Amino acid sequence: MSVDSFRWLPGAIAAYYRGLPLQKVDPIPWAPLAKPIEKCRFALVTTAGLYMKDCDPSFDLDGERRNPFWGDPSYRVIPREARQEEVGVAHLHINAADLLADMNVALPVQRFLELEAAGKIGSLAPSHYAFMGYQPDTSEWEKRYAPEMARRMKDEGVDAAVLTPT
Amino acid sequence: MPVLARVVEAAGISTVIVTMMPYFAEALGVARAVGVEFPFGHPLGHAGDRDEQMKVIGDALRVLRDAPAPGTVEHLLYEWPDFERWKTEWQPSEPSPVIALLRERRRAQAEG
Repeated sequence: MSVDSFRWLPGAIAAYYRGLPLQKVDPIPWAPLAKPIEKCRFALVTTAGLYMKDCDPSFDLDGERRNPFWGDPSYRVIPREARQEEVGVAHLHINAADLLADMNVALPVQRFLELEAAGKIGSLAPSHYAFMGYQPDTSEWEKRYAPEMARRMKDEGVDAAVLTPT
Repeated sequence: MPVLARVVEAAGISTVIVTMMPYFAEALGVARAVGVEFPFGHPLGHAGDRDEQMKVIGDALRVLRDAPAPGTVEHLLYEWPDFERWKTEWQPSEPSPVIALLRERRRAQAEG
């Protein structure tokens, strides 16, 4: 048994995705886990388009409306203290209702705080990261934003990251 | 998302992806991933279902710990009931700009 990656997509979109030419990276970067999970500091990354409504701008959805083949490549920091009602969702490709009700379906901050309190992970880092996942061109992610995020993770002593595309 | 994971992994931070599309994790190459057959927007399961979210996280952390080599992708066989409703429920109420544009182009083409 395996997961059908295309089950939820309308037929024409599934066919488009299946037809994309894909090149596997070689070698795949590999950082073995350096310590037990119970000692690791974790950061969370999602592509659900989350942002802190009161202190950060939304993602540039108007830019995408003007050019439907472009998606805002920047990211927003979601602090570990973020409360559900402080979080907005800017993503034109999914129904945001469940994210607005429970962001843990894509950015499981509360679950990881529970794991931290139970001693099952070392700690949850101060900062977590939300991108907006519609990216026809990922070069800005690769060249600019992902390295910037990785540096910030290193600065915060992160050992491991859990990434949840949406 | 494979791009983000690879950059983070290359910086020396171990990564695991929880993805609805393990096809791409396998085809593009990532260090570690688990696949879930959940509707888009729900990589960890249902809103408000703490137990389900914790189970998926537990699987992701197990793969993070135990994956023997880069390119480890494990398919998790959680079920999402009510497919007929959810195959449209996950979608936005209005089509995204690119879908709207492509539909318009197809219609224009059909009308010649």
